[in-house]
Amino acid sequence: MSDLTAARLEREFKHARPLIGCRFDPSGRFLFVSSEDDSIQRFDLLTGVKTPLLGHKSWVRGMAFVGTLPAAGSGELDTLRRRYTSLHALTGFAGAILPPPKPAPFTFISGDYHGNLIWWQGDAESPKPIRTVEAHKGWIRAVAVSPDGTTLASCGNDNAVRLWKTEDGSLIRSLEGHGSHVYNCAFHPDGTRLASCDLKGIVKDWNLKTGVADRELDAKILTKYDPTFMADIGGARAIAFSPDGTKLGCAGITNVSNAFAGVGNPAVVVFDWKEGKPKVLKPKDAFQGTAWGFAFHPAGFSLAAGGGSGGRVWFWKGDDVVSVHMLTAPVVARDLALAPAGDRFAVAGANGSAYVYTFTPGPAPVPPPTPPKK
Amino acid sequence: MPRCDYACNTADHGLSRRAFLGASTAAALGPVGFASANANAELAKSQKRVLVIFLAGGVSQLETWDPKPNTDTGGPFKAISTSVPGTHICELLPHTAKQMHRLAIVRGLNSVSDDHGIGEKIMLTGRKPEAGIEYPHIGAVSAKLLGNGAASALPGHIQILPKGSSGFGKADATFLGPKFASVSLGDGKPPADLFRPANLSVESDAAREDFRRKLNDRFAKSRKSAATDAYAESFEQAERVVKQAEVFDIEKEDRKVADRYGRHDLGRHFLLARRLLEAGVTYVKVSHSNYDTHHENFDFHIEQLGEFDRPFAALMDDLADRGMLETTLVVVMSEMGRTPRINDRYGRDHWSKAWSVALGGCGIKGGAVVGKTNATGTAVTDREVYSGHLFHTYLRAVGLDSTKSFYPNERPVPIADPKTAAITEILA
Repeated sequence: MSDLTAARLEREFKHARPLIGCRFDPSGRFLFVSSEDDSIQRFDLLTGVKTPLLGHKSWVRGMAFVGTLPAAGSGELDTLRRRYTSLHALTGFAGAILPPPKPAPFTFISGDYHGNLIWWQGDAESPKPIRTVEAHKGWIRAVAVSPDGTTLASCGNDNAVRLWKTEDGSLIRSLEGHGSHVYNCAFHPDGTRLASCDLKGIVKDWNLKTGVADRELDAKILTKYDPTFMADIGGARAIAFSPDGTKLGCAGITNVSNAFAGVGNPAVVVFDWKEGKPKVLKPKDAFQGTAWGFAFHPAGFSLAAGGGSGGRVWFWKGDDVVSVHMLTAPVVARDLALAPAGDRFAVAGANGSAYVYTFTPGPAPVPPPTPPKK
Repeated sequence: MPRCDYACNTADHGLSRRAFLGASTAAALGPVGFASANANAELAKSQKRVLVIFLAGGVSQLETWDPKPNTDTGGPFKAISTSVPGTHICELLPHTAKQMHRLAIVRGLNSVSDDHGIGEKIMLTGRKPEAGIEYPHIGAVSAKLLGNGAASALPGHIQILPKGSSGFGKADATFLGPKFASVSLGDGKPPADLFRPANLSVESDAAREDFRRKLNDRFAKSRKSAATDAYAESFEQAERVVKQAEVFDIEKEDRKVADRYGRHDLGRHFLLARRLLEAGVTYVKVSHSNYDTHHENFDFHIEQLGEFDRPFAALMDDLADRGMLETTLVVVMSEMGRTPRINDRYGRDHWSKAWSVALGGCGIKGGAVVGKTNATGTAVTDREVYSGHLFHTYLRAVGLDSTKSFYPNERPVPIADPKTAAITEILA
């Protein structure tokens, strides 16, 4: 069981251009980050190797995987790392030629602001696009993969949510009904329903058998029409179901007094999924900015990352609505990813760095060995 | 407000015979002064007009006229081809892209100030602010030099604001005098209390107005000042607006035409602008709010330019179809551009050093592009111009000599900044 107060910065992965999003692969070994240079970078937490994924012609914020998830709390990556480090210690210089363990195969799917989805073999040494699908008119803002791995959901600025076969990229169904840009979507853990949230804070609960939204939930606290600037601000910048499917969280900004300066407070609307009743999680500090990433931890707490005047990570326990713990991130955090085993999380920094935090208490782990030369 | 030269006795003060005849002509043409296609055509041939579209807050040049896709500063959008081979603009303007053969782009503008208020003044006066003198805005200069709505009973200088109250007596004409000051239409509506209440008879209203004039004239004989003149002019402007109230009612417009503009605020305002220009108003400025996107610049530009693009293209088509584009200068400007650098909240900040303005219509060489910025848009690399260059260009485009001077208090004041000159590369 992870202790949220034990969270500490473990390492920094640097890229030359500001980051937009971040996601861990199903094994938790790789961190994928997207950048303002249209690239995706894959960081290997085991070896430190950075691998570019080139193919998008615009920014990417939708990233999802098809692969086998490790058991929560398994600590698989740390076990692997200990073995790898020990081997290096035993073999000395010979370790420089030891190849890292082969990762389990997984598919990586990314969606960009030109409306394209790209399929990649995520574990390949140098992943290349294997399929490109023109999926939306305008931005794809988010993608998600169903729990059984068969279906990809994408959503974007054409107000549509679309379902695709992960196997071949063919369209299964288009879910129409949102009246504004769809900011995010997430599959319910039981795989029968999909939640999507739009700019106006309307959350739709889609029945995936019928393609009909059976109900709408109200996250309008995360949206505002600013009459001074005459524009809308809002939408779920992050969305997540709790592992047991009893809660849905939508993160963003509330209490907006100046949309064009981003003056407001981070907030997470958490719905009791069965009843549809919301509660609002807020930081304890009077912070101004936006919550850009959110996750439910399997241990029962939740966390969000964001920024405005600096970067922050906030933690909430159980049913608390005020944060109980907070970390100051080195820079504005534009996204948050929780490792599948729950042992780590990462934030995407506006300065180009991805910061990986660990819940493992104690001194900093031994840094990984120098990557083997190719 | 600077004092006017009350000793000059020019026709610009008081109700001129030309304005009177203009009103009479308009009345003869019908309730809105442009009842027939022939009348429209005649007006179009005879009068030069200026339409300024002001994208308030500072529109991003990278998301409009000078995209830099796939660079460190370019943001997520594509550049798209336009009706002019080789000229690309941002994908947020697909309808405008089809109008580029009618538009010229100035891509090397340095407007000097990153402050909203100062920037607006610089862009509308063509001058950096100077101590001791306030320069008139392009609207007042246009109204003064192009006839102040001579073919109409309407004021010659009207600005349509996105919201707020309507009114008279703005200080934007400075030494040209209140006759050329703008009439503001908040949300395109004349002041709500302008029209005669239903319970007041025409005779009573006329008697009341006559009494007001007598008192005003008596007061003016002994204490005439810029303030009293502005006050009196406000009443005269109001009277002119009332006489052509139907111009403001866009419900009178053909439904298909209105649909092309779009049934939202900016569509209505552009349609009203065309009606006002058609009715003989010399200068109309339409402001669109807002582009001051320090946070989530790209999201907000999608929304704001999404409002702008289609109605602007409809407006250009409409002006062309009615034969008005040849006599109407169209300028799309802002008070500044936005930083090429993207900040940590996906915003762009204030930027005056290297940005763009688009012009079209009367006197403009459609399809021309002048000036260039570097690969990331951080500096002008070719043909840097200032707002003064633009001011000369506006006047030259509508057939005026921009090197002449005004003579307030018998002191010569160049109409446009003499340190600059027209951008001849974009003049037809």
